[in-house]
Parts: sequence; C-alpha cells; structure tokens
Amino acid sequence: MITVSDLSKHFTLHNQGGTVIPVMQDAHLHVAPGECVALIGASGAGKSTLMRMIYGNYLADHGAIVVGGVDVARAAPRDILRLRRETLGYVSQFLRVVPRVATRDVVAEPLLALGVEDAVARARAEDLLARLRIPERLWGLSPTTFSGGEQQRVNIARGFAHTYPALLLDEPTASLDAANRATVLGLIEEAKASGAAILGIFHDEAARHQVCDREVDVTAFTPVAA
Amino acid sequence: MTLHSTPKPQTAPGPLLQVRGLEKRYGSRIGCTDVSFDLFPGEVMGIVGESGSGKSTLLNCLAGHLTPDCGQVIFDTRTAGPCDTVTMGEPERRMLSRTDWAFVHQNPRDGLRMGVSAGGNVGERLMAVGARHYGNIRDQALDWLSRVEIAAERIDDRPSAFSGGMQQRLQIARNLVTGPRLVFMDEPTGGLDVSVQARLLDLLRGLVRRMGLSAVIVTHDLAVVRLLADRLMVMKDGRVVEAGLTDQVLDDPQHGYTQLLVSSVLQV
Repeated sequence: MITVSDLSKHFTLHNQGGTVIPVMQDAHLHVAPGECVALIGASGAGKSTLMRMIYGNYLADHGAIVVGGVDVARAAPRDILRLRRETLGYVSQFLRVVPRVATRDVVAEPLLALGVEDAVARARAEDLLARLRIPERLWGLSPTTFSGGEQQRVNIARGFAHTYPALLLDEPTASLDAANRATVLGLIEEAKASGAAILGIFHDEAARHQVCDREVDVTAFTPVAA
Repeated sequence: MTLHSTPKPQTAPGPLLQVRGLEKRYGSRIGCTDVSFDLFPGEVMGIVGESGSGKSTLLNCLAGHLTPDCGQVIFDTRTAGPCDTVTMGEPERRMLSRTDWAFVHQNPRDGLRMGVSAGGNVGERLMAVGARHYGNIRDQALDWLSRVEIAAERIDDRPSAFSGGMQQRLQIARNLVTGPRLVFMDEPTGGLDVSVQARLLDLLRGLVRRMGLSAVIVTHDLAVVRLLADRLMVMKDGRVVEAGLTDQVLDDPQHGYTQLLVSSVLQV
C-alpha cells in the first residue's frame, strides 16, 4: 500500500548562505495492507521528514513514494489532494483548524469533503469524540481553546473519521492518559483489522510493541556528513 | 470500523480555467508575465507575494478587468465549452462576470452599492440575470443574508450602516447569489479584525465546499492561504517564482524568496 524506494532529499537555505543540508539518502520501506510499521531512530534522524515526504508536504529530490498506486514524488497537486481525501490520512501532533468551527464539525470535515451526508458524518464524529472522552458539552465549541491533550484527541478523532486505506501517525499516544491511550491503540488495531497500512512514529515503546508488526530504523537513511 | 456512506463517484472533468503565457505591461514596466496554470472545478488557488509583485494585476487580467498584452485565459463556459475570455466580445464577457464569475473586492465599498439596501444589493445581481418576481428575489435575498449571518431585520438597511465585517459578508452574498462557478477574491480578509477574519474564513470555506466553487484568492496573509487554498502560487516582480500544493510550498519552500516570506511570519 505504501512503498518508498531509493528516496533522497536535501534542504537548501537560500537566505543562510545557500547552506545545503542533506537529510535523506536511499530511503526505502514497504507497508502492506493490515500492517503497522514503526519508524525508529534518534531525534533528528529523519522520521518526521520521511512522514512529511510521504504525505507530500516535503518534496523529494530523487526516488519514488507510491501510495495506493499514486507516486507522491511526481504526482500533480490535484492528484495528491485526491489521494489525501480518499486514501491517505495523517495524524500530526498539532491541530490546525479554522478558528470558530465547532469540534464536531472539525472531526466530521474529512467525511464531508468526501460527500458523506451531514448527519452521517456528524454521528461518526460524535461517536469518536465520545470514545476519546471529549465531554459532550465541548462538541459545539471550537477546539482552539481546549487543553493540549484535548486538542490532540480531537486531532486523532479527525484522523480516524474516514477509514483511510493508508495512515500516517506522528506520536499518536504522546501526552495521553492511560485510558485514552488504550482507546487510541484500539482505534489503530481496528484500522489494521479493516486493512489499513499504517506507518507511525511512537516514542511510547510499550504502545509500539503492542500495535506495530515491524520497525524500520531511519538511521540507515541518514546521509553521512560530508 | 466501517465507512458509513460510500463516497460520491469521482468524475474527471476538464479544467475550469486554463491560463497560458499571460502578460500585462504598464509601459515598459512588467505587471505580470509568463503566467500559466490550470484551475479545476472545486479547487481553491492562492496567490501570495508582497505589494507590487503583480498578484492583483494578474487577478484583474483573469477577471477581465484589465486586458492582458498577451496570453490566453480560457474559461470552460456552460454553453460553448472552453473559450478564450481575452478575445471574446465585451457583452459575452460581461455576461460571464454576472453569471459564472464573482469578484470579491478587498474594500466592500468597491463591490457594493452603498446607497441601496442590503436586500437590494443582493437582489440587483439576480435582476441583472433576468429575475423579475419581487417576492422570489426578496426570498432569495433573505436566504443569502442568513447564509452570511446577517439578521433578516437588517434587509432594508443600507450597507453604510453596517460594520466592515458585515459589509464584507454582504458583498459575498451579493456575489454568490447567482450561483457562480468561479470566484476571484482580492484580499478578502484584509482590513478586518482577526476575530472577524476567522468568521469570514469559516464562512468562505463552507460555501466553497457546499457549492463546489473554484476560487482564486490573492492575499499577503500566509495563514489565510493555508486554511483556504489547496494550491499556491508565489509571485515576485511579476513572475511566478514557485507553485505547488499549499502546505508543500509553505512547509518546504524551494525558492529563496518564498523561504524569506515563510520565515518572516511572526509566531503568535
């Protein structure tokens, strides 16, 4: 479902003396449907960079990133947008929303974008918010004023609203209490059972061992300092 | 976990707007040059750049307010399919601007009739495309005022009695009432308080999704394009220096000017 091959990337900082920073070299990995693979490696080794390249946020210099038949490294913007709408989900560590939009609608939005009926999308959103223990009295409020942990759970609810065939998770259990952590791990297990290919960063070692089938150490893809 | 409803089948329509080699000069000075892009139905394209970068010139060339010196602006019309709006006759272009296009100005005073009531401002655009039944026009005006969150009892008030944010929402209602397919926006949230901006952004996003609108938005506000635009073009000195997916351009800018622009934003 997700196949990365021969991938490399550098950053050029034009306003800082044209400094060139190689960040990825010959990265390759494969995630099959129903499989959860953990990216491991020290901070700065390139885990998040690789996730962002797969999601199309970062450009690739060289190589291929094939997700559901689309090569993200080469696809036109509108093909990437469609891939993100239908196939590829991403739960980042930060919630980024239009201020003033109710939490329920923030979570329902990925479904609404797919043309799912309002009532159905909202019901799904409310089900997820309840499972993640966001009190019902908050559903009509914008999450911008919520606590960090609440925002993270809203973000997770949004990421799991649509059953994406491929899913990227950046530290989904960080800063969650035990009960919510168990809920999130349950959501991941359910997504796997329904055939999703999942690639994640988990600093939480116990969580990693519980849901991940394999580990890929990105240190192997870190360019050797010139 | 099951998906509650199957997504709508996706068809592959052609681009709504195709821009090819567009150039506008003011004497020997370049307004904008060598601009080419496609815009597909339902897509929102942001154009950013500092003052004088040519972004407003480009928008005005696209919307037929300025005549470009060379290049094509091909719009997929309902009746005749793709037509170059640069070479079409003035009456046809004017008809497009009343039906299929909308233009939201930065200053609502440029897009509203300040001496006419709120209802009249919305109704006037309907009458321009042939609506004549007073009751229907008033009903539609009321419907649109509520969609842009203006209370029904304000329908007979003039926009001069409205706040800046209300005027901007009224301008949007006036523009969208005829069901356009393409909306041009020039700094739609410029000059508004941030709290009012947020409300307007939310409104625009909802309308774009529900009506399946395509839009071209010119702004200097990177936060606005991140929230509204699917794709982004960065302009400098009349040229497009970088283009791509909005979050890719903002998160991994390739051009030195874009890097400067992104790194200059103050963090709140």
